[in-house]
Amino acid sequence: MAYPPAAQSSPPRQPSVKVILAAADVSRVVDRIAHQILEKTQGAADTVLLGIPTRGVPLARRLAGRISTFEDVAVPVGVLDITLYRDDLRRHATRAVGPTELPPGGIDGKRVILVDDVLFSGRTVRAALDALSDVGRPASVQLAVLVDRGHRELPIRADYVGKNIPTALAESVKVTLAETDGTDEVKLYGGATS
Amino acid sequence: MTAYLIKNVSVVGAAPTDLLIRDGVVAEAGAGLTAPDATVLDGTGLVALPGLVDLHTHLREPGREDAETVESGSRAAALGGYTAVCAMANTSPVADTAGVVEQVWRLGREAGLVDVQPIGAVTVGLAGERLAELGAMADSAARVRIFSDDGHCVADPKLMRRALEYVKAFDGVIAQHAEEPRLTEGAQMHEGEVSTRLGLTGWPAVAEEAIIARDVLLAEHVGSRLHICHVSTAGSVEVLRHAKARGVKVTAEVTPHHLLLTDEKAETYDPVYKVNPPLRTAADIAALRAALAEGVIDIVATDHAPHAVEDKECEWAYARPGMLGLETALSIALDVLGPQWDLIAERMSRAPARIAGLEGHGLDPAPGVPANLTLVDPAAHRTIEPAELASRSRNTPYARMTLPGRIVATFLRGEPTVLDGKAVK
Amino acid sequence: MIRHLLSGADLDADTATQILDTAAEMATVAGREVKKLPALRGRTVVNLFYEDSTRTRISFEAAAKRLSADVINFSAKGSSVTKGESLKDTALTLQAMGADAVVVRHPASGAPHRLANWVDGSVVNAGDGTHEHPTQALLDAYTMRSRLGRLAGLHVAIVGDVLHSRVARSNVLLLSTLGAKVTLVGPPTLIPVNISAALAPGTDVSYDLDAVLPDVDVVMMLRVQRERMGDSYFPSAREYARRYGLDGPRMRRLPAHAIVMHPGPMNRGMEITPEVADSPRSTIVEQVANGVSVRMAVLYLLLGGNNR
Repeated sequence: MAYPPAAQSSPPRQPSVKVILAAADVSRVVDRIAHQILEKTQGAADTVLLGIPTRGVPLARRLAGRISTFEDVAVPVGVLDITLYRDDLRRHATRAVGPTELPPGGIDGKRVILVDDVLFSGRTVRAALDALSDVGRPASVQLAVLVDRGHRELPIRADYVGKNIPTALAESVKVTLAETDGTDEVKLYGGATS
Repeated sequence: MTAYLIKNVSVVGAAPTDLLIRDGVVAEAGAGLTAPDATVLDGTGLVALPGLVDLHTHLREPGREDAETVESGSRAAALGGYTAVCAMANTSPVADTAGVVEQVWRLGREAGLVDVQPIGAVTVGLAGERLAELGAMADSAARVRIFSDDGHCVADPKLMRRALEYVKAFDGVIAQHAEEPRLTEGAQMHEGEVSTRLGLTGWPAVAEEAIIARDVLLAEHVGSRLHICHVSTAGSVEVLRHAKARGVKVTAEVTPHHLLLTDEKAETYDPVYKVNPPLRTAADIAALRAALAEGVIDIVATDHAPHAVEDKECEWAYARPGMLGLETALSIALDVLGPQWDLIAERMSRAPARIAGLEGHGLDPAPGVPANLTLVDPAAHRTIEPAELASRSRNTPYARMTLPGRIVATFLRGEPTVLDGKAVK
Repeated sequence: MIRHLLSGADLDADTATQILDTAAEMATVAGREVKKLPALRGRTVVNLFYEDSTRTRISFEAAAKRLSADVINFSAKGSSVTKGESLKDTALTLQAMGADAVVVRHPASGAPHRLANWVDGSVVNAGDGTHEHPTQALLDAYTMRSRLGRLAGLHVAIVGDVLHSRVARSNVLLLSTLGAKVTLVGPPTLIPVNISAALAPGTDVSYDLDAVLPDVDVVMMLRVQRERMGDSYFPSAREYARRYGLDGPRMRRLPAHAIVMHPGPMNRGMEITPEVADSPRSTIVEQVANGVSVRMAVLYLLLGGNNR
């Protein structure tokens, strides 16, 4: 049995790191998105939140939690794994497939809000739209993201944006969440100039 | 005829001396020889051995000239240090008549690289049903003395008994391929843990041991000579030890590959490691090495078995059994036995020449002796490259292995067949 | 990441578990309106079958098609060394066709290993001679895990012609990797004495089916070919069935939760009676459905990324 050689990644040269959102900021931003959803969807009726793994899932759960706190509405939350729909599968070693969990009421005829942490090229959202159409037929689909860092490669935009962060292509945005990483934070890592 | 003066060569491991080869014989031996007309070869660091004798070679001609010919096999033999080979009878047509053995013998003479001594089939067409005309082959120009159905066992005990008895009339010997056929139906490799894991039908050691046990008892009963081909198991060694202690006239051979390679080689499913009898276990190898040193096993024989590419580049079960051996045998012996030159000469030249009754072979280089000898550089190492072998086939199990020893020159009745490690013709 | 799947021994516990977990996700596709995933779009999977095995071929074909791969069925039955094209020449042909994976069923043990030397694509062993059938072992493990909730600590009896069974070899290897205990049961003629040392230390052997049954969570019956009788492995089908066949009374010796498996095709009346085969304990039909999910997982694992 032959195994491919382990990927050789050279240690990054001390990049500049800038905290864009601290924990309290993340919390405020999530609250704002929750309010915007309530406002734009007239009380989140017939709405389903689908988190895109990894960090879209806890974000979707938080949004549902905040919505229920603000308006006492229970918004169903699900998970939409998009691994098998990615357009870059062949550029990496095989990616592990995660579970797709639709809420018991399903998504047919519902307003589905896809939730992800960072909106960048738009390719993840494209894959999510493809995955979505294979598992059901929503009445409409919206997109909520914590951060929009620009540089779209597809005609895709978010309906709810927590924070717009203008970035250079060489920079990277890293979101950490308490559920997955221990802390809530959004950081900007510098590119080649640093 | 060119004379050759070999300077400072160790004859069978003794202190360096000079050898003068003239008119087909060793004319003189001793320090400080001179001969102005002779071609001088520097023998410093080299060991002179009596030309090796292989009791078990498949030359494939007639019938499978795509795999080997008498000429290409003879060249491989000379490059391996051999001056005589015994050509097995499983050709197509089978060497079961005077006509076929004379053809092989004549082709050997024409090639002129080694003495090719044909072996005759015991039974017609190797079918194991009725005796071939053993006497006619013995009386032919090929003067056949060894008879073997090698590749097939003479399984019928009555037929084996008759063959053993019959060849006494001309001092023949039956070389038995010991394999009880009912116990090896469909067999692909040694029956053991590896065959269980690989799902390949096992060839149990007992299938060899049972036939050897039967045949040494038969040979004792009728007072005949028996030779056992390619002994491969520790149990066979015990049977032979017992028989020899009883005074049975039995001799036995072991192949280089059974002294070195184990059944674990099959794990690649590469049929280059498929051979009959199959590669056995490390314990068998240890017993075979001890038996060879002790003399329970008399000789090393190659069972050189060339096969065309298509017969090996296929599924294991569909591949033909056998591996090349002539060009690597001495290196394996040196690797296994170390520089015990007298023992090597005994097991690879003198004893096989005696068993085969080959005159002029198996004699240590000394004044008056036919100059059938080979010069070995024991310090050299070489990496085996299948494409560089002289055989027409490429099925060596030692590919890319680095082995000790190199044949520098070989002389057949005073004529060089190999010089500077290369075939002369 | 593994490149080929030739043997149960190619899978460590993590990889095997990943395949089973992935298969569970793949299984959800079977319940959807759109039974298709785009993951292997543009990939070519060749089913190279040198033996008739409609069920295995169809299972692989469905798996590949559900992942949107292009499937080429290459039935080479009847080809052998004497007639037709050699395996190597066939391999070079498949290579030229751009096969990303070759699923091979072959009567000669080790043929998939040979093929793996000759093609650049991944090779999946779909059963080779009397050697292995690793995707069958994976689907069996998947079925056990689905029914019983776990694999570690399970006691599995594999009953019948172990000597000639590729299913048994792959199951012994995989189940021991995943922490199950295996007891092989059958007549001594059909169970190699060294099987534990050869495959997995800790594997037990018993010649007494009745003694084993009360203690197992799973009993897997192997197909026993009647022609083995002619080779003196056992005296008669009747005696075999009496000693090693699973019938109603024997099935009732099993613990209440225990399941009965069979890789198919069954010899009803030989190793298994209809009463057992059609009982609620029997997983035989599930095994077929699970086969597609597990093979989807295997194909995705091998072809779903850049694993070169």
